[in-house]
Amino acid sequence: MGKTISEKIFSRASGKDAYKGDIVIANVDGAMMHDGMAKLVLDAFHEMGGKQLWDPSKVAAVIDHVAPSANEAISVVQKNLREFALKHGVNFFEVGSGVCHQLMIESGLVFPGGLVVGSDSHTCTYGAVGAFATGIGSTEMAAVFLSGKLWFKVPETLKISVEGKLPPMVFPKDVILKIVGTVKADGANYKAIEYCGSTVREMDVEGRLTLSNMAIEMGAKTGLIEPDRKTLAYLRSLGHTAQMGYKSDEDAEYFQKLFLDVSDLEPQVACPDLVDNVKPVSEVEGKEVNQVFLGSCTNGRLSDLRVAAKILRGNKVKRGVRVIVTPASRMVYMQALKEGLIEIFLDAGCAVCNPGCGPCAGGHQGILASGEVCVSTSNRNFKARMGSAESQIFLVSPATAAASAVEGKLTDPRRLLKEA
Amino acid sequence: MVKRGKAWKFGDDVNTDIIISGKYKFSITDLDQLSKHAMEAARLEFAAKVQKGDFVVGGRNFGCGSSREQAPLVLKHLGVAAVIAKTFARIFYRNAINIGLPAVECDWVDKICDGDVLEVDLSKGVVRNISCGESYVVKPLPPQLQLILDEGGLVSYVKKHGKLPW
Repeated sequence: MGKTISEKIFSRASGKDAYKGDIVIANVDGAMMHDGMAKLVLDAFHEMGGKQLWDPSKVAAVIDHVAPSANEAISVVQKNLREFALKHGVNFFEVGSGVCHQLMIESGLVFPGGLVVGSDSHTCTYGAVGAFATGIGSTEMAAVFLSGKLWFKVPETLKISVEGKLPPMVFPKDVILKIVGTVKADGANYKAIEYCGSTVREMDVEGRLTLSNMAIEMGAKTGLIEPDRKTLAYLRSLGHTAQMGYKSDEDAEYFQKLFLDVSDLEPQVACPDLVDNVKPVSEVEGKEVNQVFLGSCTNGRLSDLRVAAKILRGNKVKRGVRVIVTPASRMVYMQALKEGLIEIFLDAGCAVCNPGCGPCAGGHQGILASGEVCVSTSNRNFKARMGSAESQIFLVSPATAAASAVEGKLTDPRRLLKEA
Repeated sequence: MVKRGKAWKFGDDVNTDIIISGKYKFSITDLDQLSKHAMEAARLEFAAKVQKGDFVVGGRNFGCGSSREQAPLVLKHLGVAAVIAKTFARIFYRNAINIGLPAVECDWVDKICDGDVLEVDLSKGVVRNISCGESYVVKPLPPQLQLILDEGGLVSYVKKHGKLPW
């Protein structure tokens, strides 16, 4: 019987002929923790008698969720994490380096065909380069630190074929919002997703990272994309000698196949308070906006900043609205500087913050007051995520975010295209 | 072991920000203090009124969202004896077992009302609703997970056996 990418990766990592439903003990190729979960990971590691890590070169420690620290409690967590990272010689990313998921890709700790775990649910992002990557809890992460191994149930795969050329002002974020709205919040629970089709093949790797990033919003364990020449070229441009990884066999078995044509897709928005509450932006246009967030592991990369800058160039942010721009990494920030994007943001009146998670998870840098509305390029709009339980978050593409910043209300970016 | 307590009923898709919001998780590391905000965005009175031995009852996809282990931790810390739901999001499910909080998959949660008195007998795989005289058969845990839960979680398991279960 043919195998999916997931089944091939788990066969390699467990040394067994693994198929969906099997419970396997697998060797992991990479493990990532960040400041948001570090206290519990380190507590569990020490409580379990941990003295050394199975392989520090495969471990990353990142300070990104509240970076720089916003309060003394987090400062203590970060101090302990920093000391642990330096003592054990793991790959350590200090305040200002960027969002953990972007750093894992940039640093080469993730590679096609690899099995990677992270103490963060959006670890599934690395599926975009053909790695099986998934979020785990803190206690499990401590167990991985000790042994380099973890048990997994080999998942079934939901294959999502996306076909068609994206219309102007419609982006990978709109595609994934449409998919989440269709599959719903638990439609892929315990499953692996495999994104394929002509739209995905045409998409650059940054766009693919946006698709894979939001696989968890459907409950999926990971969001895989078959590696191709673009994948290798992207990883090599970052200085890594990547190999091709795995493709699914023609006769592999899928849990379900979903087909989607995006040639007529409109810009999409996930309305409060669930990520699967997705509508075309044109249906909710006009909602007054207080804060716009451009950034996150979903949409803080160079292509995202370029699109937003194109719209903001020569424009001003609407009076009364604040715009927070957070590049996904230092590398992204420096390239944006070189291209003049940061100057455009500053000219328009945006607040440009250091690389990191920004306000996405409600830790700092843009906490919402009761009654406030945030238009955000991030991945979750849960009640109380960014502050008050009486605030609202609308998830959109960078283009829709930039257009909404200029207009001061939720705006279909095609409107600005028509006017331009 | 049979556990008896009151049901606190919630709906579908109870996410990790409802269970414990990031604004608290990123400013409070003391579990006593953090637990005071458990389920706050859904039911403000929950943390103050929940009794040791009570059950949290959800619908589909309980615990979706973040991988934060603080979510099951605050519930366990408040004395919640088990979370019973139609389905669980996978990371929450693993986290709950790993910290020793039973996560019980039950197809019949729609029959449970807020405030019902429940008896949960995990060894027999049954939830008894004392308030309305019904019993619901629940899905057993995979044996690998039952081992961890029986020891009170992964850390306790390692302390007792001197090694990981795998």
